[in-house]
Amino acid sequence: MADIFYPLQWIADKLTYEVFGITPTTHLAASVNFIIYDVLKIVILLAVMIFAISYLRTYITPEKTRKVLGGKTGLRYHLIASLIGTVSPFCSCSSVPLFIGFVEAGVPLGVTFSFLITSPLVNEAAVAVLWATLGLKATVIYVVSGIVLGVFGGYVIGVLKLERYVEEFVYKIKVGKQANEQESITIKERTDLALESVKDIVGRVWIYVIIGVTIGGIFHGYAPEGILEKYAGKDNLLAVPIAVLIGVPLYSNVMGMIPIVESLIGKGLPIGTSLAFLMSVTAVSLPEMIILRKVLKKELIAIFVSIVALSIVFTGYLFNILL
Amino acid sequence: MKIEILGTGCVKCKKTKENIEKVLKETGVEAEVLKVEDFETIMKYGVMVTPAVVIDGEVKLAGKVPDEKEIRKWIN
Repeated sequence: MADIFYPLQWIADKLTYEVFGITPTTHLAASVNFIIYDVLKIVILLAVMIFAISYLRTYITPEKTRKVLGGKTGLRYHLIASLIGTVSPFCSCSSVPLFIGFVEAGVPLGVTFSFLITSPLVNEAAVAVLWATLGLKATVIYVVSGIVLGVFGGYVIGVLKLERYVEEFVYKIKVGKQANEQESITIKERTDLALESVKDIVGRVWIYVIIGVTIGGIFHGYAPEGILEKYAGKDNLLAVPIAVLIGVPLYSNVMGMIPIVESLIGKGLPIGTSLAFLMSVTAVSLPEMIILRKVLKKELIAIFVSIVALSIVFTGYLFNILL
Repeated sequence: MKIEILGTGCVKCKKTKENIEKVLKETGVEAEVLKVEDFETIMKYGVMVTPAVVIDGEVKLAGKVPDEKEIRKWIN
């Protein structure tokens, strides 16, 4: 893991100790070195991941997704919905039109929720930042948990038969013919679209990354070793639910949150608790709930948030035990 | 010409409106620019990812902010 990023460490060392001339053993050096190394690594991985996934994404349109999932029930389709969610573009402002589009195509409510849960939880930008900071193993755990969570949460919502808690008007809307169906776009156009996403996403998140890495860097350099192990270690059973309770209403700056969490892990916050926190930040947020309220009744939103939050707490405990 | 911008008021929708208004001003093309926020109309156009741009009833683009080059092509 360290090998492919070795040149970045070399650059960070050069800059910190030689260009800035900071004495290696000081708190300041530890912080600055951490910040430079992390920012470089995150930006490179972000660009690569976003490009790859955006390219893949040009093959997946909402219209195709609706056709694949329409009228299908069974665990298999929850898994497909969840997997499509991992590579789907997701801006909380699109969640309502997508939701209506799915329902109108006859996609079962539970399957729609499998998509809705995984889609914000697993996205290429978060994966890139996780990979850059927490390493491949934690990233794989996060992605797999995100998919399982979507499958499970959607399945439970399907079993509970909550269709009556969807606002009535949703069932009356007719979706017009998709006029913008991209049929045969060339490799060049796909590449251009992917490059555009890189520019767009990196352009939006870099500031959060730098803020997050800076806070993380300061904590990394100055906070006493093992401080969190003492107060929020594995023995403290309240740590996971508290982390999730804090994370649920928090919104969107997960790109900045991840480097902070990296530094918390460095000071002894268990990995399960950390991942649970990050999942709760990305999976549900207050603004998204407010938007979804337009199509879902309060009861369904409450059930949705509870199922997701409880599953995340469970996931947190599980990885605290396993790792 | 009637240009409709579909979306529920996120940052990208605002950016879309700004870009379109800028190009209209530069080219001197007369057009009515409307923001559409109600879901029924958005869905009627078959749009599931916003922002989307509809010109005289035809969906030109969905799911991303159009750049100035694209907008110029549509309005000419």
